[in-house]
Formats: sequence, C-alpha cells, structure tokens
Amino acid sequence: MPFTSEQQTRFEKAVAKYPHKQAALLTCLWIAQEIDGYITTAAMEYIAQLLEIPPSHVISVLTFYSMYQTEPIGKYHIQVCHTLSCALAGAEKIISHLENRLGIEAGETTEDQLFTLTRVECLASCGTGPMCQVNRSFHENLTPEKIDALLDTLKKEGAAHGPQS
Amino acid sequence: MAPKVKILSNYFGIDQAWTYDFYTGHGGYETAKKVLVEKQPDEVTAEVKASGLRGRGGAGFPAGMKWSFLAKPEGVPRYLTVNADESEPGTFKDRAILEWDPHMLIEGILIASYALGVHQAFVYIRGEFHLPEVHLSQAVEEAYAKGVIGEKCLGTDYKLDIVVHRGAGAYICGEETALLESLEGKRGYPRLKPPFPAVSGLFGCPTIINNVETIANVPWILANGGAAYAALGTEKSPGTRLFSISGHVNKPGVYEEELGIPLMTLINENGGGVRGGKKLKAVIPGGSSTPVLTPTECETITMDYEALAAAGTMFGSAGIIVMDEDTSMVEVIVNLLHFYAHESCGQCSPCREGTGWLHRTMKQLLKGQGTADDVEKILDIANQMEGRTVCPLAAAATMPTRSYLTKFRSEFEALLPKLAGV
Repeated sequence: MPFTSEQQTRFEKAVAKYPHKQAALLTCLWIAQEIDGYITTAAMEYIAQLLEIPPSHVISVLTFYSMYQTEPIGKYHIQVCHTLSCALAGAEKIISHLENRLGIEAGETTEDQLFTLTRVECLASCGTGPMCQVNRSFHENLTPEKIDALLDTLKKEGAAHGPQS
Repeated sequence: MAPKVKILSNYFGIDQAWTYDFYTGHGGYETAKKVLVEKQPDEVTAEVKASGLRGRGGAGFPAGMKWSFLAKPEGVPRYLTVNADESEPGTFKDRAILEWDPHMLIEGILIASYALGVHQAFVYIRGEFHLPEVHLSQAVEEAYAKGVIGEKCLGTDYKLDIVVHRGAGAYICGEETALLESLEGKRGYPRLKPPFPAVSGLFGCPTIINNVETIANVPWILANGGAAYAALGTEKSPGTRLFSISGHVNKPGVYEEELGIPLMTLINENGGGVRGGKKLKAVIPGGSSTPVLTPTECETITMDYEALAAAGTMFGSAGIIVMDEDTSMVEVIVNLLHFYAHESCGQCSPCREGTGWLHRTMKQLLKGQGTADDVEKILDIANQMEGRTVCPLAAAATMPTRSYLTKFRSEFEALLPKLAGV
C-alpha cells in the first residue's frame, strides 16, 4: 500500500463527491502528485483499483495532461508562459535570463534538484506578462531584477527546508 | 450620458471581496432567495431568454435558448457544468471573477440550477489556476456552511451540490464536450455532435455547459429583469462584457463595457493607448483564434457580434491583443501555431498533423529557409484541415493563419527566396 490510512481517506472523500467513480480520476491523480511530488507506479495501481478501472486507462489519461509528472522534478518548478501576449511583453528575455542564472535550458532540472525550468502555454495572465508560475503561485510583470530576487528567495527557502522528500 | 453600468466587475480589486461576509454585506444571495421562493423555474429561464444574454465563452449562443433545449426525461439526473477552463490566449477575465467575486458565480449557479432542475453542478477549473481555485473553493465551503447550497438551499426544499473540479493542463478541455470527457475521468477528446450535451452530456445525462462570465450575469438579470439587461449594449448584442486587453498598450487589464463600444475606445481610453506612442499595426479582437484586424479596420469597428462578423472576424472570448508597428506578423503567427500544434489533442489526423505542419513550415519561412511556394502550401494545408475534424481547434489555427497571410502578405513574401528567373 503506497498510502497511509489518512491519505487513503483523502482519496475516498474525493471519490464520494462524484456520481461515478471514474470521474474522480483527475482529482485522485492530483492528490497522489501532492503527496509524492510525482505520480508513482504504485499510486497509479492504487488509483486504478480504487476507481475500478484498468491501470492502462490511468496511464493513458495522466499522459494526456501536461501538469502531471511521472518522474521527480525540481523542488521549484518554474513555468514561464511564452504564448503571444507574454511574448509581446518580452517572455523570451525572461527565459534566457532564467537559463543563464540557473545554468540549464528550458526543459531541464538543476543538478541540486532545486529548480526545473519549463516553457508553458498561456496561463491566462496576459495583462501582467511576462509571467511565470512557480509550483502553484503566479509571479507577474517580471523583469530580470525580479527574477534575481525571486531566485534568491527560493534558494534561501530551499536550503532552509532541505531537499524535497 | 447615462451612468456606466457595471454588472460583473463592481468588486474587482477590493480586498476580501471574495468572502461570504463581503458578498452578503452588499446584497449578495438576496436575488437567489427571492427567485427560489417566488419564481417558477420556467419563469427564470424566460427572464434569461428575455435578457438576450449570449454565451461569453466564445461561441455566443443565446444562454436562455440553450437552457430551453435541456431534455428533461423522468428519473434521469441533469447537470450544470460551468466552464472555468479559461485558456484562450489573450483572455483572463473569468480568472478575475473567480478571484474577486466567486460568490457571484455561486449565486448564478444556484439560480441557473434551480431553473434547470439540476441538483449537482460542476465547476471545471483549469489546473494552473491556484488563487482562483482557492477563492472559489473557500466560497463553496462558506456557501455550504451558511446553508446557501446543500440539502436545503437558503431554507427552501431545493437541494444543490457544487463540486469544484480541477483540470490538469489541456487547452482542448475548454471545448465543451472535451470538458465533459475530462470530467468523466478520460482524455479530453471532443465528442461528435449530435447528440448535443443538452440531450446527452455528462455521464450520458442532459447537461448544460456555460462559461463563468455567462453564469455570473444571471443574478443581475434576475434582480433587474431581462428587459433591463437587454437595454444595455446593442439590440442584437445586449449587455456588458469583460474585455481582456493585453499586448502593446499602456494599461493592460480587464475592463467591463457595454457591447457595441468602439474598439479604438477600448484601446485608447481603457487600455491607455499604444505603448511608447507607437503606431498600431494589428489587433486580435476576441482571443488568439479570431482573425486579426488591420489599423484601418480597427478605426471603425465596434465590439459586438454583428460588426465583428461583418468584418470577417469574431467576438470570441473578447480577448484583445494589441500589436504595435515593430511587431513581426510572421513571428506572431509562428508563436500562435506553436500553441495550436502543442494543444491539438491528437484525435483527428488533419488537426494533429496539420497544426504541426503549419507551424514547421511557417517557422522555416521565418528563419529565411522557406521555399518559393510556401505561402500557397500553407494556404493549401489550411484548406485541407478545415471542416474535417470533430471540433473547431483546427479552424482556430487556420482562421488566424489565413488572416495574417492575407492581410500582411508582403511580410511573408519578403522572407521567401526569389523565384528563379524573376
């Protein structure tokens, strides 16, 4: 069993909200990712059993959506929007600056597992571009200076809390 | 001049506006209470029909008419699904409602559900939205705790549950049938229509799908009457709309205005004009899928369904993207085609292959590595894609492509190698 009884209760509560078990699939995948940082094979099997669906269906669905991770990623996932409004506002400069500062290219994770940098499509923050989403929080109207300050804060915070469990 | 009417954005930007106490302190839920006690469900639908309110997601279908199509077979549950999967590039107005005034949406859901005989409503919110989801979920919890929704809504015998359902990153789930598939725990593949969701939707049951902004208008319409709403805007495009303005303007943001407002008023007065005093080059009027407008077209156009259709474009999601004279139209369409190629769900070959092909061909052209017949080739691919897919995503990529190529053709041709012997 990949989850504690407390964690299992979270899954069961989510399932109870829907008229059909399978409808809770996306929600269950979110819970699993919140607990483990990514969706493990054991979690996929657990969810398949809970929702009474084949494990292959779970994999088919989770690979369709861009936000589910099937491997560990950095503690801080920096996702920079590069779609039109943000591009007009200078998103490419922000991405280059991040790549330089982190020493990685978009799509990669830093060696210390602290940062993963990803280019993403429109995050509905078009009026406040360029912008990025770090884990779940939006950071808007970005400048290179703001990026520097953000990275410093995250590095301090990351060091204080240790690596992601 | 009559004072400006605000229906949706009265409390945007105000701290704590998302709380139950703030909402009820400003008259919130009084309309729902009156409706549940005094009105028959059909009277509610009639009022929304009379308002002329059209769907604010993009298609612009009259909301009241949509409601009246809902099949009502005995013993079968019906569902209301609110589309909060806002992801059309250039659009960020549903996010404002969810962040600042989620109780207004809940009151709209309550009134709409009552009209439709629905006892379970879902809000499908895009996975990337954090603050909007937190505020909405808190508001739903408060609404349960205060007896607004639940077993006995506002002290009546009417029962309603609201489930906030988080998506996980897929533009296509904003298409209503893909949204239903996703909500059922599947890949977001659009369904063939018919059957329409009003007959066979979520879990095979009759379902109404409305955009956040559409539903958020409902409390005001029931409080003030359909006629009062219909008096705003233009005759065929009544009411107000939340315009998202982004790109090269001084004051990007979400602005509520009556329909029929001139586009240049929105750009110059609301948006504060083109940034840096530059000249205007092009404007996307209704989200990235809508054909682009030239400065000459912008001069006279008004923002209503009819005027935009007459100009060969669409109102869409009212997401306005402004581009100044320094913008490369080739770069713009390469950017957008990357988006559509990335977001094609892959179900239909013409879209899956076509969007990628368009993007690659256009990108080569941008790099100066195109071939002499590229423009014709691109137009040919676009023709082969349209009308051959389950949903409109292919058209969402080809319509703007064609408009940029047609209206700014010289920019594309300048990048082509010269034809031999010419």
